[in-house]
Amino acid sequence: MTVSWKNGRAFDTLAPWIVPVVLVLVWEAAAESGLLSARLLPAPSAIAVAGWEALVSGVLLHHVWISFQRAMIGLAIGGGIGFALGVVTGAFPVAEKLIDSPVQMLRNVPHLAMIPLVILWFGIDEQAKIFLVAVGVMFPIYLNTFHGIRTVDSGLIEMARLYGLSPWHLFVRVVMPGALPSILVGLRYALGIMWLTLIVAETISASAGIGYMTMNAREFLQTDVVLLGIIIYALLGKGADVLTRVLERCCLSWHPAYQTDRKASL
Amino acid sequence: MSLYSLTRTLGRSEAPPVAKVARTTPGLAVHLAGISKTFGGRAVLDRLDLAIRPSQFVAVIGRSGCGKSTLLRLLTGLDTPTGGHLNLDGQPLAGLAPTVRMLFQDARLLPWQRVVDNVGIARGPDWRERALKALDDVGLSDRANDWPAVLSGGQRQRVALARALVSRPKLLLLDEPFGALDALTRIEMQNLLADLWHRERFTVVLITHDVVEAAMLADRVLVLRDGQIRMDAPVNAPRPRESDDPEVLRLEKALLKAV
Repeated sequence: MTVSWKNGRAFDTLAPWIVPVVLVLVWEAAAESGLLSARLLPAPSAIAVAGWEALVSGVLLHHVWISFQRAMIGLAIGGGIGFALGVVTGAFPVAEKLIDSPVQMLRNVPHLAMIPLVILWFGIDEQAKIFLVAVGVMFPIYLNTFHGIRTVDSGLIEMARLYGLSPWHLFVRVVMPGALPSILVGLRYALGIMWLTLIVAETISASAGIGYMTMNAREFLQTDVVLLGIIIYALLGKGADVLTRVLERCCLSWHPAYQTDRKASL
Repeated sequence: MSLYSLTRTLGRSEAPPVAKVARTTPGLAVHLAGISKTFGGRAVLDRLDLAIRPSQFVAVIGRSGCGKSTLLRLLTGLDTPTGGHLNLDGQPLAGLAPTVRMLFQDARLLPWQRVVDNVGIARGPDWRERALKALDDVGLSDRANDWPAVLSGGQRQRVALARALVSRPKLLLLDEPFGALDALTRIEMQNLLADLWHRERFTVVLITHDVVEAAMLADRVLVLRDGQIRMDAPVNAPRPRESDDPEVLRLEKALLKAV
């Protein structure tokens, strides 16, 4: 015991898994013993079986792919618009005066409150879901891009001008890298909002996607599939988070907080 | 502040290429005639006259708010004077000049570029070789591929010095460049600067709080007070100077009285 505890690294990697694993084991035991009704909360093993079957039949991948596509298209559109607006308002005060306050007003409207309007506009087609995702992700990206550009060290900008950088090079080599940490924070927020919006949109009306899969399963009282859908959402969310972390580590390797050699020496 | 400078920069069109001037001297002659600068009605510089000959090392000392930094900003072309004429080598200064480089009190390195990329920030042909050469001159060639964040304060300032010298400036402006360093590092940096100046012979305007630094490094020391030059003293001590040279000590005393 003392030996394994002394080996701090092994413990550090295993520690986050201890509580979830224990919880799943307790859950499994409760379901097996009949303490939990399978209709309300099927055993983890039953969910795993449902997941395996859906995977083998190709149904699961089909739905995940549809949801993933919606999420990415929405992110590309909304994120692109938010980023462009943030750059323009961050760089030009005139644009800030014109654009920022209307955007701030719109930002305070919960975008899911627009669902009835969106259904009137787009029906219950793909555009409706993509539109909602785009609106949801736009604001965090806009705000953080704007904020990131505004808070770039003015001393660095002055230095760069003095050393003869053209406006384009100043933007690419000084302003954008300086704003990047903030922009990536915005992206992380946006990814969270992206999945949340998609879940709501797909549960309301869809003919494919994870939300559709779970709603369909509810009609047939397939609680295991409903839970499977929820778990898939959790995994996708976690995946997006891991992706941004990797992105941060690549893009911000200059940042003291991401310098691995320094961390290792701690 | 950042907003203001950023928009000014982004709003600017690229500066026209400066006509290549025949390199007659390694240093620029600086001539200021009746230079004034007012901020909100308050004159920071008041009809200031100053002539600096090529390759001269001039130190400017004065209390905070005496107009030292304003003077330096005018020489960079970042600011324009409210009145008077400013000539470099007989040409009126119009905007930023590629022959003028400045070292700030903080090194102002881009944290997201490696040391060598920081030194070669202005890019141009063969910039990497020239940057490595400049790093070698300041004794940091082995740190070329490090991030600025892992360097000490003195090393960062050395990198900034290399960045200023890589384009072979004819006028080097220094705004209290060693003020934030510890005493030992400061002396090292002063010696380095003196050596490089001795070799390259660019014109230097050094702003400092430190009368010892001024007396040890400069050919000529100016005391600035209330926007005007109150004392203009040559330093006649032979180089390399010792800190107990009687001429240096006498000047330090006189400067302290005049500031």
